[in-house]
Amino acid sequence: MDTLALSRLQFAVTAIFHFFFVPLTLGLSLMVAWMETRYLRTGEEVYLGMTKFWGKLFLINFALGVVTGITMEFQFGMNWAQYSKYVGDIFGAPLAIEATVAFFLESTFIGVWVFGWDKVSPGVHALSIWLVAIATNLSALWILLANGWMQHPVGYVIRHGRAEMSSFPAVLTNKTGWLEFLHTVLSGYVIAAFFVMSVSAWHLLKKQKTDFFRRSFRAAATFGLIASLLVVFAGDLSASGVARTQPSKFAAIEAHWQTESHCAYNLICYPDVKGQRNIIEALKIPGFLSYLAFGNTGAKITGLRDIPEDLRPPVLGAFLSFRVMVGLGFLFIILSIVAFIRSRGAGLESRRALLRVMLYALPLPYIAAQLGWIVTEVGRQPWIVYGVLKTSDAVTKTIGPVQVWTSLAGFTFLYGALAVTDAYLLAKTARKGPEAAPAGASENPWAGQEA
Amino acid sequence: MLFQVIWFVLWGVLWAVYFMLDGFDLGAGMLYPFVAGSEAEKGAVLDSIGPVWGGNEVWLITAGGATFAAFPTTYALMFSYLYTALLLLLFSLILRGVAIEFRGKAEGAGWRKGWGLMLWLGSFLPALLFGVAFGNIFMGLPMDAQGYHGGFMSLLNPYGLLTGVLFVMLFLVHGSLWIALKTGGRTEGRARRAANGLWYALLAAAVAFLASTVFATKLYVNYLKAPALLVLPAAAVLALLAIKFFAVKGRNLQAFFASCAAIVMVAFTGVAGLFPNLIPSSIDPASSLTLFNSSSSPYTLKIMTAVAAVFVPIVILYQIWTYRVFRHKAVDAAGGKGTY
Repeated sequence: MDTLALSRLQFAVTAIFHFFFVPLTLGLSLMVAWMETRYLRTGEEVYLGMTKFWGKLFLINFALGVVTGITMEFQFGMNWAQYSKYVGDIFGAPLAIEATVAFFLESTFIGVWVFGWDKVSPGVHALSIWLVAIATNLSALWILLANGWMQHPVGYVIRHGRAEMSSFPAVLTNKTGWLEFLHTVLSGYVIAAFFVMSVSAWHLLKKQKTDFFRRSFRAAATFGLIASLLVVFAGDLSASGVARTQPSKFAAIEAHWQTESHCAYNLICYPDVKGQRNIIEALKIPGFLSYLAFGNTGAKITGLRDIPEDLRPPVLGAFLSFRVMVGLGFLFIILSIVAFIRSRGAGLESRRALLRVMLYALPLPYIAAQLGWIVTEVGRQPWIVYGVLKTSDAVTKTIGPVQVWTSLAGFTFLYGALAVTDAYLLAKTARKGPEAAPAGASENPWAGQEA
Repeated sequence: MLFQVIWFVLWGVLWAVYFMLDGFDLGAGMLYPFVAGSEAEKGAVLDSIGPVWGGNEVWLITAGGATFAAFPTTYALMFSYLYTALLLLLFSLILRGVAIEFRGKAEGAGWRKGWGLMLWLGSFLPALLFGVAFGNIFMGLPMDAQGYHGGFMSLLNPYGLLTGVLFVMLFLVHGSLWIALKTGGRTEGRARRAANGLWYALLAAAVAFLASTVFATKLYVNYLKAPALLVLPAAAVLALLAIKFFAVKGRNLQAFFASCAAIVMVAFTGVAGLFPNLIPSSIDPASSLTLFNSSSSPYTLKIMTAVAAVFVPIVILYQIWTYRVFRHKAVDAAGGKGTY
């Protein structure tokens, strides 16, 4: 493999790994903030216990999200120097703003929250976790505005041999970025909800700490239902945005070959990339693809055959990722509805089938989120900035395959070891369950554990 | 021009503040096995950096982000030319962060020992590598229109390594003063003795650094042009002496502030000597990366200035508030809590 292929692989490995930790953080921070607020409002010890137990799981995950994030920032310069030079004037700004506006807030107040139980008032303590939750979501906004610009570049001019920002408001209000943000944070909320339901289901199946986990499950089911409905809605908006802004991506994810109007949607479909057609097309809904794309059953949609072959993304990967993600999205709605209804009534711990399903459903929203990123990033190829700069022109010229092999091997080894450790810690902490005795608010449950 | 200069200064300030803040975390990470005897004492040292290290490290992320936004060409070339060094730095910082968070989260002596070792390595290597990187930037990198003519090994030249040693010594003294400030009993005593002893090594490294800077780099040219700038190295030397003055008397807080000033002034001394270069070329002055030829457009710089003017003061305010919240000493083996 050459430097380009290796650098792409390395970016994929490090980004996918980073995004195993981030989405849980997005949603779990909000849930923990809600739990602590409930405790403040009601004074019920169980909510304090929930805050501490889920908070501990949140922290284990949070640490890895932060440290793997530094890699992402460094990598643009290390492996994508041509990209950084060409678009730094416009792409660097949201990254720097993300650090200034969000990372500081997040990292400073997580310290206050973890170590400040007996040092700040209960109100300020709860405020700290709210600030962490807001900052985490805010950081997603800025990085997705940056990514949104790569998908749909706006507010720039080509000048002095590079893309220069001409309108900051245009970058700020880029609809593509905002839709990506909504879709991404909502998928994070689904992941967090399924995470809480899965861990709760494990304990409920063992019939231990049932009150604690019934409440946790119920809260997560509500959160999950709202999020899984909204994530599909936001995804639909995103997809019709893609139809307008990135016709090659839209054609690839829908395996749409022939430019035509009144396009039907095939519920079952499988493309033959070489033959530039679909081998299987079944259960047609007439006009529905046109409707999904442009809100009009007669709309014309560009087909892949009218896009030069060297400007098409890898069709099969984009198509399959998209189909599976969408399928999973609808599955989450069904599961959330059942979980929501069943958790309302009594006897949740005797619904063993549901609990078992929810226990093992944990990987699914993670898979859906990763597939979503594959759709977004692979679907944009061969462009790194759609219509402006190709990925092949973006890679660093001064590094060779040996250097990237070395770093790729290093990342794979280090990240692999960290993933194993993290999974071990999460599983251990999740199984152990909440502390037996209700810990008083004056005790710091994390600091000084060495003692 | 004005905004380019503003961002050059901010660039220097971001690095200086990062070294000042994370410097004591890195120092504490290197020192804790030596100044803390029991598990409880080690826990107290780590608890002293626990609430703040994350917020401190964000100054690095912001320095990186600001380089990207304000000087994209410098960001692109600096990060790709120093590929291997930055990779090592990344791995070390990842290990350190994870070690701080994970070390106390499971039982077992092996678990603690393993993460303890990672913490030490993850503190020592960044201190050394930042020094090596900045030593080489002060000297200039071998780059011209064709690109970069060095490699990782060529960074490990005598002056680069000397700057690395200087950074390690600065952070060791800084970290031991922090530990003295934040712990009590035997740990505090050992940390203070460490600060006093290590200070001589720091002095030796600083003298060697200042002397060889005159020969190995062209930083002195700016000082000849504008002698008023000499106030920066002079302040660095004064701060260095003040560390010892206060440390001997056991005035931990003053000594710690003196080492904050020393680190900031050393960084400013270097950055003022670099001006208007961010990274000079050692072989072709026309290929030096300056604040003129590597910066973003005036429009982007203006936007970024506005963002920084609003948010950086807010960040500083709440970070100062955090340090006040955690002004108490961490609980030590004797269970004694105190304030300074």
